[in-house]
Amino acid sequence: MKVLVTVKEVATVDDEFEIDGVGIDDRFLGADLNEWDDYAIEEAVQLGEAGIADEVVTVTIGPEDAEQTIRQGLAKGADRAIRIWDDALAEADLLDVEAKTEILSAVVAEEEPDLVLTGVQADDDGFGATGVALAESIDYSWAAVVNELDLDAEAGVASVHRELEGGLEELVDVDLPAVLTIQTGINEPRYASLRGIRQAQRKELAHLTLEELGLAESVVAGDLTLTSMYEPETESDATIFEGSPEETAGQLAELLREEGVAP
Amino acid sequence: MSDVLVVAEGRNGELREVSFELLTAGRELADAAGGELHVAVITGPVAEYAAELNREGVDAIHTVDAGEEFNHDVYVQAIEGLYDAVEPGYVLAPNSVNGLDYAPAVATALDLAIVTDVVDLELGDALVATREMYGGKVETTVETPTDRTLVTIRGGEWPPAEGEGSATIEAADVEIDEDAISSTVTGYEEVAGGDVDIADADVLVSVGRGIEEEDNLELIFELAEAMDATVSSSRPIVDNGWLPPNRQVGQSGKVVTPEVYIAIGISGAVQHVAGMKGAENIVAINTDPNAPIMDIADYAIHDDLFDVVPALTAKFAD
Ligand SMILES: Cc1cc2nc3c(=O)[nH]c(=O)nc-3n(C[C@H](O)[C@H](O)[C@H](O)COP(=O)(O)OP(=O)(O)OC[C@H]3O[C@@H](n4cnc5c(N)ncnc54)[C@H](O)[C@@H]3O)c2cc1C
Ligand SMILES: Nc1ncnc2c1ncn2[C@@H]1O[C@H](COP(=O)(O)O)[C@@H](O)[C@H]1O
Repeated sequence: MKVLVTVKEVATVDDEFEIDGVGIDDRFLGADLNEWDDYAIEEAVQLGEAGIADEVVTVTIGPEDAEQTIRQGLAKGADRAIRIWDDALAEADLLDVEAKTEILSAVVAEEEPDLVLTGVQADDDGFGATGVALAESIDYSWAAVVNELDLDAEAGVASVHRELEGGLEELVDVDLPAVLTIQTGINEPRYASLRGIRQAQRKELAHLTLEELGLAESVVAGDLTLTSMYEPETESDATIFEGSPEETAGQLAELLREEGVAP
Repeated sequence: MSDVLVVAEGRNGELREVSFELLTAGRELADAAGGELHVAVITGPVAEYAAELNREGVDAIHTVDAGEEFNHDVYVQAIEGLYDAVEPGYVLAPNSVNGLDYAPAVATALDLAIVTDVVDLELGDALVATREMYGGKVETTVETPTDRTLVTIRGGEWPPAEGEGSATIEAADVEIDEDAISSTVTGYEEVAGGDVDIADADVLVSVGRGIEEEDNLELIFELAEAMDATVSSSRPIVDNGWLPPNRQVGQSGKVVTPEVYIAIGISGAVQHVAGMKGAENIVAINTDPNAPIMDIADYAIHDDLFDVVPALTAKFAD
């Protein structure tokens, strides 16, 4: 079976930063593989190693710079990668769930995977919605917030655990084809080996535009407009201990002793 | 003029708190939109749920008696049916794990705009939703020009609705097509039992990703021992297998209310805070003065844990 993994390169923010318009100034931004997608890649690669998946393909909506992150997925064992980008996408302030769903749906139509793995959420804009929206759009079954997966390819059923609140898990059987949104902790993502990194350089990384996917530029518009970004007013009334570590530790220790909570 | 449909959430025969918060958020939005507040109650003991949800400001409650526990395929069908019957402008759902399992599909199926994890809503010429980005480091406002929008709200941001209501309560006329159900819940499992119950501890020394490596946990255990405290952690520490699941504080771990909670190298993501905001005294040790944990800290040290923690241990070892 074929497994498609959606992979986002997320923006990371320095401790100190400045906002420019409706975004954080580029100088304070870094980039990383979305934590949740790292677990999704690992799950797919393990399905390959178990002989269940014949091919693991990743798809990323992102600029050329994101290729370093995409190569990480290939180095960890994905077979090939697809990257979607063009000028229309580059100009968008915010790619909303609807827009991502339409684009990823077109990729699914092309690739026809049996299983799609997404992350539960993207660490930067954190909608937590793309996987389930995609499933509905492509008429696959789905399960959100999956922290255990047992796949019976012959029966065409994925038996999963969904992590609910408060230490409770729901056990669900989902018919294939399906989209699963993967939760951290489901496995132990590997580090790319040197050999993996070398091999990744030779793996196929295809770039497609919206037009090549048969989509109009207008899909980018979506329904949401990002109208402002600001640092939240701090509600903090914390007492801040100042000084060297020796001094601050001393003040804190004194306080804890006064409260009678430490010997 | 637009009506608002909110979707309540229950589990195991009890309504979850966010259901009552949704009533408040829904009433505010309905007032701004000059419409009525409708409530959908889907699966579980729907008649009991409906009676409990009949609070001030609710106009109509629609029940869908379709099984005991949550199934997203049932939810999507039921909400689609109710949407056609009620024709609301807005749908509000909880940003819970189950909310995230049906709300995006509902939005896609009904072609509604979707905004998730919203902490504030204003209605003017457009619907303006406030939400965080970058793990709470910034807030943003997003607008949807249309009134066909589904919003999932973050728990704990609106006060729960109170008072007696005079809503109409009716079994909704929606058919659930069993053939269209492609997922089956086969059971439930409690996790995170075991030797230590962090919820019993008076003092928790809690460690997060700032600790960097498993070997460094030694520093935390030394501090806990010197203070006679218990060690707990944020999620990544458990995900990495460095501590067992029963040590995890947060939405999917334990809710703790100790006298003192010392958060060391923990940023204060909303799912973590959900598990410890009730602590009496919160101490944060973090290099980032803007980390969201600072918003709820009573005491803070903005410094490197690798310097502060050993110094603190030494203070108690004296
Ligand atoms: C459905 C769902 C459920 C979840 N449930 C939970 C849950 O139950 N519990 C939970 O904790 N999380 C949960 N999460 C994950 C949550 O979103 C965060 O990813 C997680 O809490 C982050 O953990 P952290 O603060 O340790 O790591 P980070 O967010 O990476 O923060 C590390 C912090 O350490 C600081 N730091 C780094 N180096 C140092 C140093 N040398 N000295 C001092 N400070 C330093 C940094 O400034 C930063 O603030 C859940 C997520 C989802 C989507
Ligand atoms: N730009 C993107 N490219 C590829 N996949 C994405 C993108 N944005 C989101 N996803 C996938 O959707 C998941 C949930 O993202 P979100 O709904 O934005 O929180 C992520 O973990 C990714 O797997």
